[in-house]
This record gives sequence, structure tokens and C-alpha cells, in this order.
Amino acid sequence: MNKQEAILEYTLRIADDSLLLGHRISEWCGHGPILEEDIALTNIALDLIGQATNFFDYAAKVQGEGKTCDDLAFLRLEREYKNVLLVEQKNGHFGDTIARQFFFDVFRKLFFESLSKSTDQDLAAIAEKSLKETRYHLKHSSEWIIRLGDGTQESHDKIQGSVDYLWKFTDELFFMDQVDELLIKENIAVDLTALKANWKSYISEIFQEATLNIPTNGWQQAGGRKGLHSEHMGYALAELQYMQRAYPNMQW
Amino acid sequence: MVKKEKIWELLEQVFDPEVPVLNIVDLGIVRTVEMNDHTCKVTITPTYSGCPAMKTIEEEIQKLFQENDIEVEIESTLSPAWTTDWISENGKNKLREYGIAPPENEVDKSVLFAEATVVPCPLCKSKNTKMVSLFGSTACKAHYQCNECLEPFDYFKCLR
Repeated sequence: MNKQEAILEYTLRIADDSLLLGHRISEWCGHGPILEEDIALTNIALDLIGQATNFFDYAAKVQGEGKTCDDLAFLRLEREYKNVLLVEQKNGHFGDTIARQFFFDVFRKLFFESLSKSTDQDLAAIAEKSLKETRYHLKHSSEWIIRLGDGTQESHDKIQGSVDYLWKFTDELFFMDQVDELLIKENIAVDLTALKANWKSYISEIFQEATLNIPTNGWQQAGGRKGLHSEHMGYALAELQYMQRAYPNMQW
Repeated sequence: MVKKEKIWELLEQVFDPEVPVLNIVDLGIVRTVEMNDHTCKVTITPTYSGCPAMKTIEEEIQKLFQENDIEVEIESTLSPAWTTDWISENGKNKLREYGIAPPENEVDKSVLFAEATVVPCPLCKSKNTKMVSLFGSTACKAHYQCNECLEPFDYFKCLR
């Protein structure tokens, strides 16, 4: 693998995380528990899709095959998507969505803080831009974790259940392989091992306030970064890709 | 050759489709104007990554410059990232008159339990207001309500 291939793969991983989570949250449009929350979730979805667009644009440029952002977002096969399993998980109930978002937001804030110092000017610029939005997302999901956890017995039990279920997908956020190793040497990629302690301590702080427990179950599920997805991915892609598959090259 | 001032004047006639009271110069998204012999290059930056207004704004610039027989090249840049500090004083006054509270100096958003920012009501000027939601009708706004006159209003949230 050369440097160009590594940057392409690295950029697609970030883009796919944003795309799939943006798509998932957009499914809440019209279904939010209250109007303000419906608007909040769709706003966050819009930010994530916007970030995905910027990363895909850059990936297409690095690839240099004349493909567009849309080709990369809509016309790849399931195994070519490299997002983590966490972001493709179903919305479930509102607590499931918030727990998924919270784990991701904490990671993303730390990740973009580091990526904005990358020696790759394009990645650094997109990260700097995305970071400002991610801070709002994190504030939003943190407040909900506290409100649900320290709310009624029912909300507490439900959000603890969501946290317990999704915990097994959190280790994969810190997955690294030769792509990362190659790019870390050039100060392009972020060394994710360095972020993990901060990720966990932020989560502990919020969970304490929320009267929630960090799961102790050690089993972790991974595969997304290698293109091996959960069964939910196919359904998400079916909806995401329908238009371009049914009417190739259509525009509006 | 067209003067640079003329280009800026023209750009002041292009408005943000989502906040129609602000032109794109007041909004601070026009970063640079460069002049060549017969063409000019305008560099703009998005407010938010997924701002759906960017495309419309580019089209509006193209259309207006075409009407004025000026060839324009539009470039979009992400860095440095847009901040609400770039909204002009003039722009902030226009927002207030329009019923949108302009961005206030906010503390670092990474501090979760910091004291809430006081956002005065753009209508009755009362400082007794409450945040209804961090997210509002567009990516750049939050939703507030005045506790005195009870009017719900948009707050152009601080982005730094």
C-alpha cells in the first residue's frame, strides 16, 4: 500500500462514519419525540452529511479516477464501505439513538481536535470545520444522557439498557491497522490509542452525573473497518442507494 | 477593467436565502476578491458543512455578475473555518431588527456545565429568556423564548 492508497482508505473510513450515521439520524425526520428534538436530530444529520460530502470530495480527488462525491456515497458495494459497526446500528428507541450518538460524539470531538493538526492540509481543514459542529452535537447528546439517566426510573433503565447493548461496538472506534501506521509516521493520521483514555474519562464524568454505569462486559464486536458489516447495513444501503440504482446517473 | 469596489458592491446584493436580511458580505462568508484583467475570482466559505444555501448563493453570484457582464470564478474554501465573529456589526443590527438575536460572546462549549449565555430578546430587549433547543430552524440557529413577552425567537448561535 502506498501513501496515496492509504490516504484514500483513511478518508473513506471517516466519510463512511459520517454518511451512515447521518443517514440513520435522518430517519428520525418526522418521528422525533418532540418537535424540538426532531429538528435537533435532523440538524445533526445535515451536519454529518455535509461533513461526509467534504470527505468524499477529497477522497475522489485523491483517487483521481474522475469519480464524484456521489459515486462514492451511493455506488459502492456493502463490503467497500468502511464505517464502524456502531454507526450502522438501528435507531431503536430514542435512548438507543442518543447512546449511539453520545459514544460517537465524544470520539469525534477528540478525533477532529487531533486531525485538525494533520500535515494533510485538506484533512486538517475539513476537521477544523467539522469540529465546531461536533462540539454542539456532543453538548446535545451529553445533556440527553444526563436527563435520561438521572430522570425517571423508566428512562434510567432504558438508557442503561441502550448503553449496555451498544458498548460492544465502542472498541472499534479505536481500530487501527497498517493504513493508520503508515499515515501516523507522516503525521497525517491520528494515533487513536492516545485518545482512548480521554474518551473514557469524559464518558465516566457524564455517566456519573447521569447515575449510569459503564458496562463491565468485555466482549467487543468489530469488522466494519474491514468491510464486514452487521445485517442492518444492507437495509440502510438499500434505502440510501435506491434512487441511484433504480435510475442510474439521475440528478435533480 | 472593473474596480474591486464594484465587485464588493455587487456581492452586497447577494442575500443568504435562509436569512434573507443578511447579505453575504455582512455574513462574512466572502473571504477574498481577486482581480485579473477581465475576470475576477471570489472565494467564499460555508457557515456549516452541510449548509444547503451554498449552492444557491453560488448561483446567485453567477447570475448577478452575468447581468453585469463580469466574468467571475467562484471558489469555495474550508480553511480557516467560518466563525460568527465574521458577521459585521451592520449584519448584527440587521439580524436584531429582523427578530433574530445575533450571536453573543459565549464561553467555551466544551465546558458542559458552564453558565448559560444570556441572549436578550430581540423584540422587548428583556434578558429574561430561555433556550428551548440548541438547534433551530436552520443549521446556524438555536431556538429561544422570551420569559417576559413570551415571544419565541431564533438565536444565531455563536460558532467559534
